[in-house]
Amino acid sequence: MSALETLLLVLAIFGVLTGLSVIVLSLIWLERKFLGRMQMRMGPMHVGPFGLLQPVADAVKLMAKEDLLSSLVDRVVYWVAPLAVFVPTFMIWVTIPVARDLVIRNLDMGLFYIIAFSVLSIVGLVTAGWASSNKYAVLGGFRAAAQLVSYEIPLILAVLGVAMLAQSMNLEEVVNSQSTVVYALVQPLGLVIFFIAGLAELGRTPFDIHPAESEVVGGPFVEYSGAHWAVFFLAEYINTFAIAALTVLLFLGGWLFPGISGDVSALGVLVFLVKTYLVILVVFWIRGTYPRLRIDQLMSLGWKVLVPLALVNVVITASYMFYGWSAWSLSLMSLAILGAAIWGLSKRMRTAPTPEYTVKLYVPAPEASNAG
Amino acid sequence: MLPLDIAFWVMAAVGVATALAVVMEKDIFRAALFLVVSFLVVAGIFVLLNAEFLAMVQVLVYVGAISILIIFAIMLTRNAHEGNPFNSFQLPALVLSTMMLAAIAFVAVNTEWHDWDQLGLQVLPGDSGEVFSATEQGIKNVFGNTTQVIARLLMRDFVLPMEAASVVLLAAVIGALALVRENEGEA
Repeated sequence: MSALETLLLVLAIFGVLTGLSVIVLSLIWLERKFLGRMQMRMGPMHVGPFGLLQPVADAVKLMAKEDLLSSLVDRVVYWVAPLAVFVPTFMIWVTIPVARDLVIRNLDMGLFYIIAFSVLSIVGLVTAGWASSNKYAVLGGFRAAAQLVSYEIPLILAVLGVAMLAQSMNLEEVVNSQSTVVYALVQPLGLVIFFIAGLAELGRTPFDIHPAESEVVGGPFVEYSGAHWAVFFLAEYINTFAIAALTVLLFLGGWLFPGISGDVSALGVLVFLVKTYLVILVVFWIRGTYPRLRIDQLMSLGWKVLVPLALVNVVITASYMFYGWSAWSLSLMSLAILGAAIWGLSKRMRTAPTPEYTVKLYVPAPEASNAG
Repeated sequence: MLPLDIAFWVMAAVGVATALAVVMEKDIFRAALFLVVSFLVVAGIFVLLNAEFLAMVQVLVYVGAISILIIFAIMLTRNAHEGNPFNSFQLPALVLSTMMLAAIAFVAVNTEWHDWDQLGLQVLPGDSGEVFSATEQGIKNVFGNTTQVIARLLMRDFVLPMEAASVVLLAAVIGALALVRENEGEA
């Protein structure tokens, strides 16, 4: 690498970091405004025009806050955990293109790289839970590990379907192969699986099992305060943006739009951003609509519904590719299976009785019975 | 020294240091975290060898899945705070690891490595940029796209062993389910 290339790379990395920070601020504002409107409130109003500067004020407040530290925490591990969550969320942006040729490094295995590195932040969440020496944090860490590892599988299988259609794991080629039909129409089943599993990977409502305030009072983050808590928060919003961006790139045609030439980079970025923000609005909309799932509902949705459906998706995509059926037959099959799954699930949810649980408490046996 | 050499030596040093730390560290949770770093460094070394697919598999499987399961098991362990216990298997462990080292050294010495010249490389001293791109191109000329090569090998030449492995894994999954399944009468 020559000196100029290295300089450009460093500049690009700083540019992405700055851009992501601005995007996170905009997302926080958008979420508060949008949820406020949905709940017939105004949202932030007073700091700046339309409350636009509220996230900035919040960020300054978080930075200025005292960093409280419990005397029981394992200090080194405790400080490493936010980094272990944040660094992978940033690293995946190395290969996410925002327009044609506008990417730091266009990796041939971009999709695989993104999946592999996005998984790394689970280690950080579990570590945060453990190092906090707090039972709610440990429980939250358990929940995070169980949830994220389970939903990884349908997510990867849904991405596999797209990679098979595009015959490539290079994100730019995946987008270019959607120039005639977007994969959302070819594989509606894959889109739904990817979006649900992506929401679960984010840990946002209705899948906020690990930070659930009313159950584990904030989960792995319960002991963190000030700037270190802000790092987790930042990572969550960057991940939200990343999942929305991946939905756009994999299923909604990325920077392509009928009638708009993608060759002009600025226009491509604009199309990409508009699509991504629309997907993010859907994420916020879902947050404002649905209550949190119970943990058993979450696990059974992941393992009994999404994993089999994702496998079916891969199988029908493979047979479509192998036998060379026409594209509309795949979308019809995909749509039919999706409809059948939704019908079956909603019927089961309406008719199935709420399961009863017996909680076994650990009671130490009395001494007498031990002797006998 | 080329940048790639520096990267290799840094990664090799970190890899050995963290591997030692996994064994020496008193706190088993920290030992597990060192294991994560060690796995990541191995992935980095795969990247240096232009085996990107293997590197990604290493990150996904070892860092993302296996180490999480190890950490999960540690969190479920009672008295995990008591630390990493030492036992009397130090001598057998030494013998075993020496044998392992000997086996790897034997393979490394006896393998016919592809020479730089065979890869169609011209190492230009002083210009690291040329060397890097030439390495990439040269290796692509010899091995092609590693993902495609591995896919072809797995799905065509070694399809039976791979399917056998998946059957074994399926059996393990079903076995685990059978073990944890609650007895109907008790519940």
